[in-house]
Amino acid sequence: MTRYILNRMLQALLVLLVMSVVIYSLIGLMPGDPLDLMIASNPGATPEVVAHLRAIYGLDQPLMLRYWHWLLAALTGDLGYSRTHSQPVLEVLLPALWQTCKLMIISFVVSVILSFVLGIIAALRPGGWADGLINLVAFAGISVPVFWLALMMILIFAVKLHWFPASGVSSIGDGGLLDQGRHLVMPVITLALATTGGFIRYVRASMIEVLRMDHVRTARAKGASRSRVVLIHAFRNALIPVVTVMALSFGVLFNGALLTETMFAQPGMGKMIYDAILGNDFNLALTGLLFATLVTLLSNLAADIAYGWLDPRIAVS
Amino acid sequence: MSAVITEPLATEAAIGVWRLRWRRFAHHRPAMTSLVVLALLGVFVLAAFPMIWITGIDPDATDLLSRFDPPSAQHWLGTDDAGRDELVRLMIGGQISLLVGLLATVAGGLIGLVVGVVSGYFGGRTDAILMRFTDGMIALPLLPLLIVLGALDLTKLGFSSEFAHSGAAGFWRIVIIISIVDWTSIARLVRAATLSIKERDYVRAARASGAGALYVMPTHILPNVATPIIVAFTLTVGRVILLESVLSFLGFGVVPPTPSWGNMLNNAQELVTTAPGLAVYPGLLILVTVIAVNFIGDGLQHAFDPRSER
Repeated sequence: MTRYILNRMLQALLVLLVMSVVIYSLIGLMPGDPLDLMIASNPGATPEVVAHLRAIYGLDQPLMLRYWHWLLAALTGDLGYSRTHSQPVLEVLLPALWQTCKLMIISFVVSVILSFVLGIIAALRPGGWADGLINLVAFAGISVPVFWLALMMILIFAVKLHWFPASGVSSIGDGGLLDQGRHLVMPVITLALATTGGFIRYVRASMIEVLRMDHVRTARAKGASRSRVVLIHAFRNALIPVVTVMALSFGVLFNGALLTETMFAQPGMGKMIYDAILGNDFNLALTGLLFATLVTLLSNLAADIAYGWLDPRIAVS
Repeated sequence: MSAVITEPLATEAAIGVWRLRWRRFAHHRPAMTSLVVLALLGVFVLAAFPMIWITGIDPDATDLLSRFDPPSAQHWLGTDDAGRDELVRLMIGGQISLLVGLLATVAGGLIGLVVGVVSGYFGGRTDAILMRFTDGMIALPLLPLLIVLGALDLTKLGFSSEFAHSGAAGFWRIVIIISIVDWTSIARLVRAATLSIKERDYVRAARASGAGALYVMPTHILPNVATPIIVAFTLTVGRVILLESVLSFLGFGVVPPTPSWGNMLNNAQELVTTAPGLAVYPGLLILVTVIAVNFIGDGLQHAFDPRSER
């Protein structure tokens, strides 16, 4: 088991390293150049001055050499400065990461509860009207563009009904817990709805399978009440595969979170990366993308370990 | 069992399988409904041609004097924020979005197919390298990666500035970047199927009689991995349409004036308050299309898997 985990961690590290090379090269291919912006604000810049500036910033060196210098600095914890924020990259990034994690965790909990309730109701009478309706909801959840769902939430609940604020994390002059909560309601519901669709289908499939098993029939035959059979005998057995799948669907949740917070103007990772790319803030974009990769890798690793722990057959192979 | 009666029986059984599958599919009500819905959507997007021919509306012609016009006899769904006919743009945009969905799925599917078959068929070190690579791809954050690829400056890759800013470049770029990112699930599926099929007796017999890999893979392996691939392809089309819409919405995909359902929502954030209809229609069409595609995928899966029950 330890060997398995170590192996996986080594693999994740390798992926991260390769990814840093790829992203570093790609960033250089994005529109604009750090120097263009300096030159644009200084009309007196002659070609000689530009060449001199290039040499100072090391931009005249080959790409791989620049990458090597960046990597050495990054390994000592120096990820550079953010051009647009005029702050060290990490000081911009960590609060954004926390904001995104907050949204993801709350939505995940809401989504899990919602999908268990709906998935079990659907599994009780496969083919019934409730099953059909829930199935439609599940497919809509899988098929809806998250950004558009966010727009429709804004249109209905902010513009038409004025129930919740459309953007931001808190109102000016307020900022209490209740106010922050009100700002989180719509993003959380949007993200939860988008992820619940897939979860419902797993819960339903898993429950239907378990409800057909012998031990459930035995429990029924012995006169256990319907709710006891469903919630105690069947549910606990249906849980294991579902939990693993949910942990593995982190990528979907993360993508959804990036979009959701961008739509609701919340200062998270998604908005930060998006603004950094549009604003030619290379250091911030690079580090943001690498952190996004790191977070995805870590969660996949956690899901793998959990899976190996729940099902010992996996770890052996 | 004499050889004489095996021959006709085998052919009959082959027809029977597909007839049986069709029957199972036809009993899947959501999938059949979706098939009709998708056909109607097809008619809708293709109606752009007669529509433009009859009314003479130019989908790209801006008219700043008639921005946000309400629906009228001339513009059935009104006009957008640049005074263009919303209905015709929805039709053309649909063509673009569906085309991107199909092309990127086929291209990505081909990559996945090749990687999967090669990996499963040759095994050993080839398999190990290809699968580690696939695992690495799966572990990447999809959306940020696509955004970076979508933001690349094509002129820095040696393309002319004229091409880099043309509508065609935007279209092909999104097809290519989605297909090089979204092939992993098909690769894994094909590999798993290939692994089990290559040990069958008839494949061994073919190899023993001297057939090379380039002959065995297309004639013996691919036809037998067809069913899981058809399902995976269908589901991928839905996912790709969603990805296209997101990227175009963020401004990294299909570039205006060429419309796509995604980029018609570019200014949607402001439109929500000024002209809600413009923010609703494209998204609604995406939603209906992707639901229909996913239901059809579900129906196919049901039809191909004799053990599945509703």
